[in-house]
Amino acid sequence: MKEKRRRERIDRPIKAVTDDIYCISSFREIVYLMLPRALPILILLIAVFFVPLYWKKVLVITFIMAIMAISWDFLASCGLISLGQALFFAVGAYISGSLNHYLGWPIYLTIPLATLLGGAVSAMLIFPALRLRGMYFSMVTLIIPLMLMRIIEATKIMGGTEGMSGLSSLPGLPFSISVSVLAMFAALFGLRRLLSSDNGMIFLALKDNDRAVEASGLNTLWFKVKAIYIGSALCAFCGAFMTHYYMSVGLSAFALDLSIFPIASCVLGGIGTLAGPLLGAVILGPLSEALRSLGTFRIVIYSALLVIFIAGLPEGIFPFLKRKYEQTERWV
Amino acid sequence: MLVYGFINSIILALIALGFSMTFGISRVANFAHGSFYVLGGLLTWFFLRKAGLPYVVSVIAAVLIVGVLGAAMYRFLLVRLRGLELAEVISTFALGLIILELMRSVGIMGFQYRLPPFVPGSVSVFGTYVGIQRLIIVGAGLFLLAIIYLFVHHTRLGLAFRGVAQDDHTAFTVGINPDRISMLSLMVGSMLVSLAAVLILPLGTISVDDGYDILLKSLAVCIIGGLESTFGVLAAAFILGYAEVLTSMYISSSLSMVVPLLCMLVILLIKPSGLFGKHKELEERI
Repeated sequence: MKEKRRRERIDRPIKAVTDDIYCISSFREIVYLMLPRALPILILLIAVFFVPLYWKKVLVITFIMAIMAISWDFLASCGLISLGQALFFAVGAYISGSLNHYLGWPIYLTIPLATLLGGAVSAMLIFPALRLRGMYFSMVTLIIPLMLMRIIEATKIMGGTEGMSGLSSLPGLPFSISVSVLAMFAALFGLRRLLSSDNGMIFLALKDNDRAVEASGLNTLWFKVKAIYIGSALCAFCGAFMTHYYMSVGLSAFALDLSIFPIASCVLGGIGTLAGPLLGAVILGPLSEALRSLGTFRIVIYSALLVIFIAGLPEGIFPFLKRKYEQTERWV
Repeated sequence: MLVYGFINSIILALIALGFSMTFGISRVANFAHGSFYVLGGLLTWFFLRKAGLPYVVSVIAAVLIVGVLGAAMYRFLLVRLRGLELAEVISTFALGLIILELMRSVGIMGFQYRLPPFVPGSVSVFGTYVGIQRLIIVGAGLFLLAIIYLFVHHTRLGLAFRGVAQDDHTAFTVGINPDRISMLSLMVGSMLVSLAAVLILPLGTISVDDGYDILLKSLAVCIIGGLESTFGVLAAAFILGYAEVLTSMYISSSLSMVVPLLCMLVILLIKPSGLFGKHKELEERI
């Protein structure tokens, strides 16, 4: 039988040395560890204040979308694959919009309140579906936002089809840029910390084997509620932020782009890595802005990217880059 | 009202049949279901109006093309992703979106995109006037249900379908190729939905948004009735069908689309396995 050649992957020596934190002994090793982590953050932080005005606005939207993507990734790591991320976004958007429109509350009250309340409301809406696993959960999450959209259309509550406009705006572009950047990094590092804590281990176990979690005497439903609360509160923040950014809220908050964009950036960047979705969003956001003139055809492009990546590079860009950085490959 | 409720229920059952069949056999939730529906209607329209073929021929051609498309989707895409639920869901959903949004961006919208009814006119049934097309839908729907039942229970291929649905490993050991059967099930499912499209679409115009509605409705029907049982689909379709007609008559027609959601949430709260769910499904679902 002809022997098949295979690709062997070996850790670079420097990785082997730096894997344990105690072994860092030289400047070179510190650079090896810090560079890939610090450089993108620094580039983003600096670039965002020096690009032209138009692209600043684009970057704000991109960062907000990156938060949505990170939150989707977090939910997916808990085994809750949502096809209706727009629901959470819209809940936050509508809460902050109505608080501002009907009660006239200022933004430093409406955005935090919408974040907290939005998480609770979304968790309540999703609650009946939470006992379902896998695909069944996805099916229900796909339905709920579209149905809510119909309800708002039919009953004409909260502005009906036109939505609410003339809401108070965010104070200036530098403010929105800093808030969105900080929120994005807070979401990224906060969730990473959370997932490596004891609670986070349970969240991850929900995906891998929820029977085992239940057998350990933990209430899976309650943990799923917590996960949904955290994930949807993040999205609700995005919704509230964007509401005041655009100074209006309408049915477009339920739009399908908002559900498909987080999924696309997660698949592009790498599911389950948290940093991957950020990378994906930073790639896809400006891309989708450049394609704005194409209208709904953008969704076609996202979806095509989704299919190509999920079949061709299922691990995503981020793990791919990480592997290239950490390992050498050779044919044996 | 009773008559319209009945017709509505049959329509729902027709829509959901393909979805539940595919899911029951191959465990692939075909989120491209809605787009196959619209595609089926549109292809028929194209063959009929642009290519000038007779009605029957264009229907057959459209149904066959959609069927082949479903099979190709399995053969070239899904077969690589078997077992990865996340990837399956995302890829079928994305594929459905590609089809639908492509049609939207090409500009498929408006009054000209409509299929003529098979037989125009209306007759009186129990004192209500009903278009003949609706009667045809009911007849064809019941006929299809019967055919599917017979096919699944009394032919070699149908029995293979059920075998794979129950346990694909065991099916494999007795010489049934689960991949082939799954591919065929996707093909049958997409053919069924495009057939449903051809039957139902003469009642209105072909619009892209229908794709989403159809997907939602079939998901709702499948979640309410247990999956993989034709009977459950039928029962759920009747519940939803009458509920929708009742709401649009007594409350408001714009609320009738909300009914499936409410029904579904209530059912999920009370009995998560669906009305006619079996124990096996219960384990998978919760």
